[in-house]
Amino acid sequence: MPKVTFIQPDGMETVLETDTGTSVMRTAVSRGVPGIVAECGGSAMCATCHVYVEEPYLDGLPEISDVEDEMLDCTSSERCPNSRLSCQLKVASDIAVRLPETQV
Amino acid sequence: MTAQPVTAAVPELDLDPFSDEFLTDPWSAHELMREAGPVFRLQRYGVYGVARFDEVARVLADHETYVSSRGVGLSDFATEKPWRPPSLLLEADPPHHTKARHVVTGILTPNLLRSLKEGFQERADELVARVAARGGVIDGVTDLAEAFPLQVFPDFVGLPEDGRENLLPYGSMVFNTFGPRNRHFERALERGAKAQEWIMEQCQPGVPVPGGLGEKIHTAAAEAGYGPDEQARLLRSFLSAGVDTTVHGIGNALQCLAANPEQFAALSGDPSLARSAFEETVRFSSPVQTFFRTTSRETELSGVALPEGSKVLMFLAAANRDPRRWEKPNEFDIRRKAAGHVGFGFGVHACLGQMLARLEGECFLTALARHVASIEPAGEPVQQLNNTLRGLDSLPLRLTAA
Repeated sequence: MPKVTFIQPDGMETVLETDTGTSVMRTAVSRGVPGIVAECGGSAMCATCHVYVEEPYLDGLPEISDVEDEMLDCTSSERCPNSRLSCQLKVASDIAVRLPETQV
Repeated sequence: MTAQPVTAAVPELDLDPFSDEFLTDPWSAHELMREAGPVFRLQRYGVYGVARFDEVARVLADHETYVSSRGVGLSDFATEKPWRPPSLLLEADPPHHTKARHVVTGILTPNLLRSLKEGFQERADELVARVAARGGVIDGVTDLAEAFPLQVFPDFVGLPEDGRENLLPYGSMVFNTFGPRNRHFERALERGAKAQEWIMEQCQPGVPVPGGLGEKIHTAAAEAGYGPDEQARLLRSFLSAGVDTTVHGIGNALQCLAANPEQFAALSGDPSLARSAFEETVRFSSPVQTFFRTTSRETELSGVALPEGSKVLMFLAAANRDPRRWEKPNEFDIRRKAAGHVGFGFGVHACLGQMLARLEGECFLTALARHVASIEPAGEPVQQLNNTLRGLDSLPLRLTAA
């Protein structure tokens, strides 16, 4: 099973195994990882599951859709080139994401 | 993993989910449906039903198999003419739906909603403080739950002061027409006829006040290539679905808080729980109880074969209390992580106004926490029976000002 690493703003790491095809957001929420709010439950409407994807894992991610792109312009913490909505990231292989300071 | 054989017998239920008895108190019937099986048939209407969280979520997520363009009510648009021109959002499938939805998501962004918060909060504080100071018995529905959205929503859209009384009957009519042609459906059409005329007038390009949501939708829709009729229809979605639902959400929150004083005490002690309290209200009471989908092809759901053209009724409210998904599902707990419920739907058809609804709910409940010391029932609430919605007609309460 692929591993998802969540890195908190203070550097603390949580590593979780998850089923292929499960979203990074769902992996965090179902296992109680703090820092991902995901108010809308994964419909790309609230911009509260924002993550920064760690450099080595940027290749091979699904493209950012128009809707995700608009939502990323509305994140509470600064948007960076590696910003993504974790509800739109289906886990295919190992991935590491850094959590922002705030989501709302 | 091997596929389950498609041989499972489908439980046949004799329940009428649109009867007065069911609409008044659906919870025990929801349990019966969940326990009957993952998929069941409602004999009376010849439709399939799903009431467990997993199956409801799967039907919502698979919008290609379970389509919306054949209507999200009992009526199949493939064989029956809809009573109004279909919605470009609610009653459409990709790719048409994708284009229409994008017009709206580009406008109703989290940034726009943040900009509204201060104004909404001021008005909620003013209203709740005034009603709480009045003393005596108040009606939680007309004095608070209707009053707040009916102030902020039409202003935000850019509707005139005159005629706003048409918003509630119109919304109630639209949601009633998703059910069968029963007493509620027929009465709603009668009452809604006058409201419909006013609503359609307000939806015309050029009519809403410049700078409001209405004008923004018209402009963006025109840029996307939609003609005047479709521009009007896009705005119509907001006037159909944006008022009754929020009113019921706030009314149900008041009812839950009055019935659970320890929960209200928690909210008073920490007003920052307001947003989570509203989320839990939507899970617990599900202002939108049901929606239909129609199968676009022969398919299989949890071992049950569904022929093409089957209507599938999703019991969102039952999924939101499925013990397979929620711990102590019948307890109202404002500290619960309620996110992930299906009260606003899920996927490509997820409620477009959900973030606006959350904002209204949060501002209202923050005001309640700030200005009200205690909230007690002062008589029997009166349920408003609607084929789709769950909310109150009246809620007698006694408030003590903080």
